[in-house]
This record gives sequence, structure tokens and C-alpha cells, in this order.
Amino acid sequence: MRTLALFALVAALILGTGFLQSWNSALIILNMGLVSAIMALGVNLQWGLAGLFNVGVMGFVALGGLAVVLTAVAPVPEAWAAGGWRVLGGLAFALAAIVAAVFAWKRLPRKTRGWAVAAIAVGGFFIYRAILDPAVSAIESVDPAATGFLGGLGLPVLLAWPVGGLLAAGVAWVIGKTALGLRSDYLAIATLGIAEIIIALLKNEDWLTRGVKNVIGLPRPVPYEIDLQNDAGFVETAASIGLDPTTASTIYVKLGYSMLFAVVLVIVLVLAQLALNSPWGRMMRAVRDNEEAAEAMGKDVTARHLQIFILGSALCGIAGAMMTTLDGQLTPSSYQPLRYTFLIWVMVIVGGSGNNLGAVLGGFLIWFLWVQVEPMGQWLMGVITAGMADGSALKAHLLGSVQHMRLLTMGVILLLVLRFAPRGLLPER
Amino acid sequence: MDFLNALVALANFVFIPAIAYGSQLALGALGVTLIYGILRFSNFAHGDTMAIGTMFTILVTWGLQAVGVSFGPLPTALLAIPFGIVLTSLLVLGTDRLVYRFYREQKAKPVILVIVSMGVMFIYNGLTRLIIGPGDQNFADGERFLISARDFKAMTGLDEGLALKSTQAITVVVAILVVALLFWFLNHTRTGKSMRAYSDNEDLALLSGINPERVVMVTWIIVAALAVVAGTLYGLDKSFKPFTYFQILLPIFASAIVGGLGSPLGAIAGGFIIAFSEVGITYAWKKVLTYLLPESLEPSGLVQLLSTDYKFAVSFVILIIVLLFRPTGLFKGKSV
Repeated sequence: MRTLALFALVAALILGTGFLQSWNSALIILNMGLVSAIMALGVNLQWGLAGLFNVGVMGFVALGGLAVVLTAVAPVPEAWAAGGWRVLGGLAFALAAIVAAVFAWKRLPRKTRGWAVAAIAVGGFFIYRAILDPAVSAIESVDPAATGFLGGLGLPVLLAWPVGGLLAAGVAWVIGKTALGLRSDYLAIATLGIAEIIIALLKNEDWLTRGVKNVIGLPRPVPYEIDLQNDAGFVETAASIGLDPTTASTIYVKLGYSMLFAVVLVIVLVLAQLALNSPWGRMMRAVRDNEEAAEAMGKDVTARHLQIFILGSALCGIAGAMMTTLDGQLTPSSYQPLRYTFLIWVMVIVGGSGNNLGAVLGGFLIWFLWVQVEPMGQWLMGVITAGMADGSALKAHLLGSVQHMRLLTMGVILLLVLRFAPRGLLPER
Repeated sequence: MDFLNALVALANFVFIPAIAYGSQLALGALGVTLIYGILRFSNFAHGDTMAIGTMFTILVTWGLQAVGVSFGPLPTALLAIPFGIVLTSLLVLGTDRLVYRFYREQKAKPVILVIVSMGVMFIYNGLTRLIIGPGDQNFADGERFLISARDFKAMTGLDEGLALKSTQAITVVVAILVVALLFWFLNHTRTGKSMRAYSDNEDLALLSGINPERVVMVTWIIVAALAVVAGTLYGLDKSFKPFTYFQILLPIFASAIVGGLGSPLGAIAGGFIIAFSEVGITYAWKKVLTYLLPESLEPSGLVQLLSTDYKFAVSFVILIIVLLFRPTGLFKGKSV
């Protein structure tokens, strides 16, 4: 009942935006709400079901974005000719060096193994750089204004979504292997770090992602507005329901995205619900509520944590790939931890941790607020400053800082929910 | 001569910046480690506490500058620090009263407190941006250099200059004073001893009649003071930008963990380890090597191990190595 009422409220909010502002902005909110809901489901899997504290959501989302570039962009043959294979060789060498170091650590006698690993690591790093650096500068000098990177595989963009999940899962495995099984805050700090490093990689490895030059014009799974506007049949249909071709085409495209995203969300949600109520889900909750007892029952706590950490991160990766597809471009400098990590946490906590529907609700509701707080703040500041003299420094400052109201509002919401409704809007049953 | 030149270049580009940066990190990590020892959670709001405290200091500095107060050759901000500390203490004490105390009384799990501190982080961050804006603020005044590169060259006749910025010297001096004061307080005063007792064994401390709320209050005041000093020194040395103060959270946590969470001495050691590795690994060694090696061996590239954009990767890798091989840190901190 409560679930239904709250979802009706969110629907009313989005429809209200449609009626009061425009259908275009309502659909923008809806699409990002769908993506946010998937991210929130991922975090809810980790936190709500297993009690794992992941503050690296941004990194996994960004990996999803990278996956879109690697999968869907057409390859750049000149760049591949200039140094593509050499880069691959360098990466393969780095991987081999790491494997060798791990192998040495496991097999060599205690006394010598520290030095052996250090020697492999340092020597390996220099050889790796020697292989990689010339190739990288060769690739980056191939028509830097337009390409200067290797491009991707040129596959259909929808394939990038699962690939994003796989990339995120791979990184999550590495992090989980090191930081799980230690105290809970360590995972938080390790994930905080890996997220920053992934963003730094995206910003600086121009041969891979063009760095801050951005990759624009990513392929789309839906038709382009301009093609629709030139399509006589479409214009006719639009006219028959009383819309001009421009509006009709933008709404058509956005609705197309909404459909695709909704399909993914429903699949993920059904799977998450099935998992939650399966024996596996009961085991995860038992592990969360009492690790010692679960361990005594013969459950491998660390392995289960690793499993669910990888699953949750993969969801964030899928959502990240969807988001980049929606944007149509990869802009590494747009990834901000407050927006992509902590906001998702607010969604999960407000929605109700441990409850999948709650996470979806939180995703929509908080995203709606995040978008709409700014106009509300603008209005509020307008009222506050109405009495002040025009051109006063304070008035200009207050009006100019409206956008920062968002962070403040989110913090207040988070603290209020934690204090007065710690189980969220839709508590776990 | 070449050897001296190499030494000077090394001091100029690696040692001096790393010592200044290490002092700033150490002060920040001390704050994190104290909160961890007494209140038993990782305070994610610490970076933004530093930011908001520095903002208070900057505002007071501007006020002082406007009425014509100056501190001679030293930056006016040093005069403003006490005001910043008072304001920040009031803020964190208010936060504790309104937010943290509730969870303390409930004996909530540490991870809940971490999430709560995330909410506080949002609010501090929003407040800072709301009041002073997200842009860069430069508030250093007074003498810029203690020794400038040109004077040094004239003095010694070497090819390499050694520049010592006054902010770097001030950072080190202030950090030493603050740390000395802190250790004296922890080891020799009644309150300090009760803090250490509380950190070691809460139940035993309560049994012996220590008032926990008082310990917590004193801790917050000390943490606020450390955060303001660390933040202001960092802002003087580089520049003040709210987002960099959020990012510095990672090296600060890395320092605290590498040293051992809950161990003040460890926090200082950790700060310097992180700072020296960060600066050392992101420095282009070409200049030093050119002086040291014979001409035939001179490096052709920059000999920079990692570009400066990856400085977070350095603290992260050190963090991972410590977590893998010595999870309690170098100085045997706590591990719950």
C-alpha cells in the first residue's frame, strides 16, 4: 500500500514536471531516474544485503562509460597502425609481470621473496614504460584534433552495457580481494581511492579515451532527431496528433531511451527480488546480521562478500554504460564524487536499505529533487533577495550560489532520514 | 660542483615541498586518527571540516586586511587562525550535539557513523561553496620568499637555485609547534591522559570516573584546531579551493592507516611517508640525474615515473600494500 502510494507520488512529480515545465524535461528526469535506480539497486545489493560500504560508485560508473567507447566507437586504423599492437603488448607485459610477482611471492622461500617481488615490480615497471611510451605518443599524434586514440571495436552500442558490467566486475574483484575481510572502513577508503584513480586514468590516458578532449558522437541505439524530422511519414504522424516535428522527434528519441532503460531496470529488479528471497539471499542477510554465527554455520563470509561486491559493482557499471549512451559522449571531467557516489548513497538510504523497491524509489525521488532543487532554490533566493537593493554584492552572491544549495539539501535530507527514519521510506521486511 | 648542484636541485624540488606537504598531511591525519581513537569511526567529513575552517580563517583574514591589520612579513592568516579555530570548534561541537551524539548514545555501529559523517560532509561542503564559492582563493600575503632562487645563486655561485617559500617554512614551524603542544597535552595533562585512557579501553576509563562527554568535547575542539591549522597551511602553501580539500581526504586517510589508525605518532610518520612518495614518484628526475651521471649516460626522457595527475594513485598503492601486508599499520594501530 505504502509502496504503491510512494511510487504514485513519484509518478505524479514527474508528470507534474511534464505539465508545468515541459515534457522534454520530464523525460530527461525519467531517463536519468531509471539509470539512477539501477545504480541504487547495485549499491543496495552491497549495502542492504551484505552491509558492504562502497564509496567508489563513481569509478564503476565511469568504467561503464569507458566500455561504451571501447565497444561502440569505430576503430581508428591509422592509430592502430601507429602503435596499437605495441600498446597491447605493453599491457600484456605488465600483466605478465604482475602474475610473475604474485607467483614469486607464493613460491619463493620467505627470506628472498620480498626482494624478488620488489625487483620484478620495479624492473617490470621500467620495461613496461619503455614499451608503452613510444606507442602512446605515436597514437596520440595521429590527427589529435579528431582522433588521437585507438577507438573501439565498432560493435553495436547495446553490447557496451554488459561489457560495462564486466569491466566494473573485474576491477571490483581486484579491490575486493585486497580490502574485503579487513575492517569495514578499509573497504570504504580503498574504493574511494580506486574511484579517483579510474577518473585520473580516463582523464590522462588520451590513447584510450582522448582524455579531457572527450569522445563525442557515440553511436546511439535510437534514431537521430534530424533523421526523424526528414522522414515524411514521421512528420505526418506527428502532425496528426498535433505536435510540431522538432518536439515530436526529441520526445520520440527520449521515449525510446526510456523504453530500453525500463526493460533493463525491470530485468535487474526481478533478478534482485528473486535473489533477495532465495536461499542465497537469506544466507547473505544472515551473514550481514551476524558474521560470526554465519561463519560458525560453515559459510565463507569473505567469499560471499566478494561475490556480492562484484555483483553490485557490475550493476553500477551497466548503469554507467547506459548513462554514457544516453549522453552520447564520454566527458571524463564530468565525473564528480559528490554526484556519482554520495548521491547514490542518499538514494539508497532514503529509499530504504535492504529493500529493492525502496532503492528504485529512492533513485527516482532523489534524482527528481537533485534536478528540481535548483529552480526551487532560485525561487527561494529570489524571495530572500527581493528586498535588497539591485546590484548589491550580497544579492549577486546569493543568487550566484544557488546551485550549491543542492549539496546542502542532500546532506540535510540524508541526516534527517538517518535520524528519524533510519530504515528509509520503504523499510526492509 | 655537479654533485652540489644535484643536491640543491633535489632539495628544491623534492625535499622542501615534500616536507611542507608532509607536515600538512600529518596534521590532517592526526585529526582523523584522534576521531578514530576516541569516537571510533572514520570521519569522512574531515576534508570538508578543513575546508570550512580554512574558509573561516580566510574571511577573518580579509576582515583584518580591510581594517589594515597586518603581521609584518608573515601572512595575516596566521593572526586569523585562532578566530578560525573558535568558529570551527563551535561548528563541530554543534554538529556533535545535533548529529553524532544521538548515535553515540544508541551505540550505533561504526559504519553507521561513517554514513552520518558523509551527510555532514555534504552539508559542510555545501556551506563552504555557498559562502565562499567553489573557485580558487588566494589569501597569502607578506613576504613570499625566505630565500629566492636568484639570491641563493648569487650567494653560493651554484647553477641551481634553492627557493624557500616563506609559507613552506611557516608550515614546518607551525606544524612542529602544534604537534609538540598536542603530545604535551596528551601525555602530561589530566584531560589528555583521560583521553588516552578512553581511547585504550572505554569501559575501564568509564569505571574510573572519566566523563565521556567531556572527553568527546575536548577531542572535537582539538580536531577542529588541527583541521583549521592544516587547512590554512595547505591553503597558504598552495591555494584554497573547496574541491581539493575534499580530494585530500584520500592521502590523509592513507597517512592515518599507513601509520596505524588511532596512533598519533603513526599519523605523523604516515603523513611524511605519503608525501615523500608522492613527490618523489611524480617528480621528473632528469635534472638531478643530468648532474650526477656522466654525459654518455644522460637520460633522454624526463625520468618521471608517473605524471602528477596520478598522485592519488601513489597514496592508494601504498595504502593497498600496507593493507595487504600489515593491516594494523606501521605503528600497530587498532583493528576492529
